[in-house]
Amino acid sequence: MAGHAFRGEDFFSLDDLLSDEERAVRDAARAFVSDKIIPIVEKHHRNATFPTELIPQFGEMGFLGANLHGYDCAGVNNVAYGLIMQELERGDSGVRSYCSVKGGLVMYPIFSFGSEKQKDHWLPLLAKGQKTGCFGLSEPDHGSDPAGMETKAELKGDTWTLNGAKRWITNGTIADVAVVWARTKEGIRGFLVEKGMKGYSAPPIEGKFSLRASVTSELVFEDVKLPKDAVLPKADGLKAPLMCLTQARYGIAWGAVGSMMAVLDEAVHYTKSRVQFGKPIASFQLVQEKLVEMHTMLTHAQLTCLRMGRMKDENKLKPHHVSFGKRNNVRSAREVAKLGRELLGANGICDEYQVGRHMCNMESVYTYEGTHEIHTLVLGEHLTGIAAYK
Amino acid sequence: MQIIVCVKAVPDTATRIKIASNGQKIDQEGVKYALGPYDARACAKAIELRDAIKGDSKVIAIASGFSDGERDAKKRLKDVLALGADKGVFIADPDPEHRDPLSVAQALAAAIKAQGKWDLVLFGRQAVDDQNLAVGPMTAALLGVACVTDAVALEVTGDKAVVTRAAESRTETIEVKLPACVTAQRDLAEEKYPKLKDILGAGKKPIETFAFAWPAPAWEVKKLSAPPPRQAGKIVGEGPDAVPKLLELLQSEAKALTF
Amino acid sequence: MASKIVVFAEVRDGRFKKAALECLSEARKLKGELGGGDVTAVVVGGAQVSSLAPSLGAYGADRVLVASADWLERYDGEAYSKLVVAAVSAEKPDVVLIAASLDGKDLAPRVAALLGAGLAADVTAAKVEGGKLQITRPVYAGKAYATLEVKTTPQVISVRPNAFPAEQKTGTAQVSPLAISFKPEDLPSKVLEVKAAKTGKADLTEAERIVSGGRGLKGPENFKIIEELAEEIGATVGASRAVVDSGWRPHSDQVGQTGKTVSPNLYVAVGVSGAIQHLAGMSTSKCIVAINKDKDAPIFKVADYGIVGDLFEVVPRMTAEVRKLKGK
Repeated sequence: MAGHAFRGEDFFSLDDLLSDEERAVRDAARAFVSDKIIPIVEKHHRNATFPTELIPQFGEMGFLGANLHGYDCAGVNNVAYGLIMQELERGDSGVRSYCSVKGGLVMYPIFSFGSEKQKDHWLPLLAKGQKTGCFGLSEPDHGSDPAGMETKAELKGDTWTLNGAKRWITNGTIADVAVVWARTKEGIRGFLVEKGMKGYSAPPIEGKFSLRASVTSELVFEDVKLPKDAVLPKADGLKAPLMCLTQARYGIAWGAVGSMMAVLDEAVHYTKSRVQFGKPIASFQLVQEKLVEMHTMLTHAQLTCLRMGRMKDENKLKPHHVSFGKRNNVRSAREVAKLGRELLGANGICDEYQVGRHMCNMESVYTYEGTHEIHTLVLGEHLTGIAAYK
Repeated sequence: MQIIVCVKAVPDTATRIKIASNGQKIDQEGVKYALGPYDARACAKAIELRDAIKGDSKVIAIASGFSDGERDAKKRLKDVLALGADKGVFIADPDPEHRDPLSVAQALAAAIKAQGKWDLVLFGRQAVDDQNLAVGPMTAALLGVACVTDAVALEVTGDKAVVTRAAESRTETIEVKLPACVTAQRDLAEEKYPKLKDILGAGKKPIETFAFAWPAPAWEVKKLSAPPPRQAGKIVGEGPDAVPKLLELLQSEAKALTF
Repeated sequence: MASKIVVFAEVRDGRFKKAALECLSEARKLKGELGGGDVTAVVVGGAQVSSLAPSLGAYGADRVLVASADWLERYDGEAYSKLVVAAVSAEKPDVVLIAASLDGKDLAPRVAALLGAGLAADVTAAKVEGGKLQITRPVYAGKAYATLEVKTTPQVISVRPNAFPAEQKTGTAQVSPLAISFKPEDLPSKVLEVKAAKTGKADLTEAERIVSGGRGLKGPENFKIIEELAEEIGATVGASRAVVDSGWRPHSDQVGQTGKTVSPNLYVAVGVSGAIQHLAGMSTSKCIVAINKDKDAPIFKVADYGIVGDLFEVVPRMTAEVRKLKGK
């Protein structure tokens, strides 16, 4: 790629550990984000709209389901996939969410648990950005405890009847297909519900102060009739949606790095040019301490991600590793965004700068895809053998 | 149609240039390389032309430069292959930082001739590091073909090309006989982003090595130095009567205006 | 050691470019430093250039070679390079100087390659050290300067406009014709059409010059004075965020944190206070001029030149003075 202005922090020269292809993927995503996302995201965040015009462009680049093989997916390795998520979230968490929900929570389950017919039909459309998908697991009364879900599907003859509601669903209102998890006689199963089906609606959730450049919705099912083959044949029990979440959370851990890169970059530039008491505020010790804290958290998170990615490519990555990455990196990104906001003073609360947006976004990221606390308990269980959440 | 595009690996525009302690070269520490921005437009145009022309058209990318590490010019050839070029040709240069443009043009002309048939050679108008703006027209002169610099539009019909050149305060539409050389201004083509699949596919495309015996450089670089520090600003005066003095300073001192 | 210098004297719109006169004056100076010698100017152009040629004596030309023909009126790299090469081959100079205008940047490398000569492009300083010419030129977008010696004879040097003074003294030049040994139809290219480029239409991020307006303009209708100045100096119009937020100018005009980052050669900030958000987008401009009525406005801290005053008086005066300088 020709030179683009953003230079991500790379304290330990992790670039040296990336292959030429991984770097080329990262650089392509970086240029795309600098040119196509950053210039427009402020407006979308302010108006609480998702830049839908980017969807086919994501498809053309190959960002959607990028680590899946075949079906018009790019088939990059998991490090390259993570680097894409990093760059997208450097732009905006909401924009990254679109891609990681689609790749990790819609395409991945169709790829892993779907029939050949489902895969052939949906994956190329989703990969090219011609269709959008969402993932319905959380419910109004069941977030951290999905096993308590109330959405039900009943099979009579050749027809499933779906009833219930899902909430906090990224992409819901704009999705052409929803991967919906519901209780059945044989346990929890996944279903492909298509936009326009009678009894299915997906109203947006309004009034968010976080992920404003992303669509978040409720999904409502009132006697929705589904053909028998709408079920994902190979998904059996709650383990299937949890496998999907492990995919998406892996991408979130990388995304948090991107958010920190954006915030640190802005904070360093700002504090070096903002003059108070006759000198740049970067020359004050209190400011430097904050910058160093931010930098340390970012660097830790980068090291974590790269190791996770290599392990994932070697099939060694376990859910508790992903819990570590999501928990640590997002906590750090939330803290870094807050410190960045402080460093920018009053300017930090205006959308002219990125820090405030990242700070607000991180409140969602901290809570979604397994809250910070649930990941704490997963790691607690790993250490002690005792599941505190049961 | 065989289209050749000559590219260079240059420090990316975000690079802070620090001069090494010997005062001869730049400090390579932390320098990241990228395809030159004008070269990227030339590549985009070359690929666009190839795709528009039916038949057996190919794009060959040629680069000379370092062959090691971060600055390895073969990495930039891979970038061009990921954008869609068919083949890369690499000319190793042990000392590209001190290489003068005539020597580079000689190497490129030799490598171009070695490709057999060729119809069009595209260059970026300038490399953003040594900014000679010379290699394109020099290569054309050595090959004995026409050259149009600063192209903002280019169409090929049969054995001719019609090129729009952005000249000083005017644009010229120029018809050239092929084969010919053209250097790209930014507007020649929109910059393209490589698709992920093409990045993965680029590894399977060939990069050949062209051996070139570099002549003694046409120049000797004595030293590199930092630009003079920015001078403190001054208030020229108050009100409209200060305008003539301001214009005088802008012309003579700042050299920011000419008439 | 005596030296011979050939200078290509570029003609545009019926007169010599100032940059060409700068080259000649520098050639005269170098001739002195190199122990005397001879400066020959080469002039290529339409029928009228012969009458212009003698005036070059005052700027340093001892002799002038003129190639004039109607079909040579406009610059053509193929034709002009052949003619300059013919002159150089006849004169056998040590140094060839060409102004690094856009056409000069096209011409110099062609000439150098046809002669097999080394080229130093866009030179900003030259001096004689131990009888050898040492030149300095910017590299890495002006983030560094290279000092070098070209080893070939002749050497071709393209000279950055405005880097050297054009000095008019007394002196006359002997004018003789330069033979044109080819016809336009022998050339591999031909110019089909020439159009005047519109000024001030370059995109902000590419513009060489920018005139930016801020809230001090008081209303969208007053941008007219900004546009007029921009038109005269060939600049693109920019705006501060306050102005864009007020709907006076489109977002595409915005310079700053959430607008465009620019680094033109000349940035004129008119009625812009210089909030940190604005500075983030333009502080790397090569030369910054601020016009503001508040002498404490932060923009003056980054400006190279400032005028404290009412922009509604200063800007129209500036436009008028520029018109005078341009001989309008």
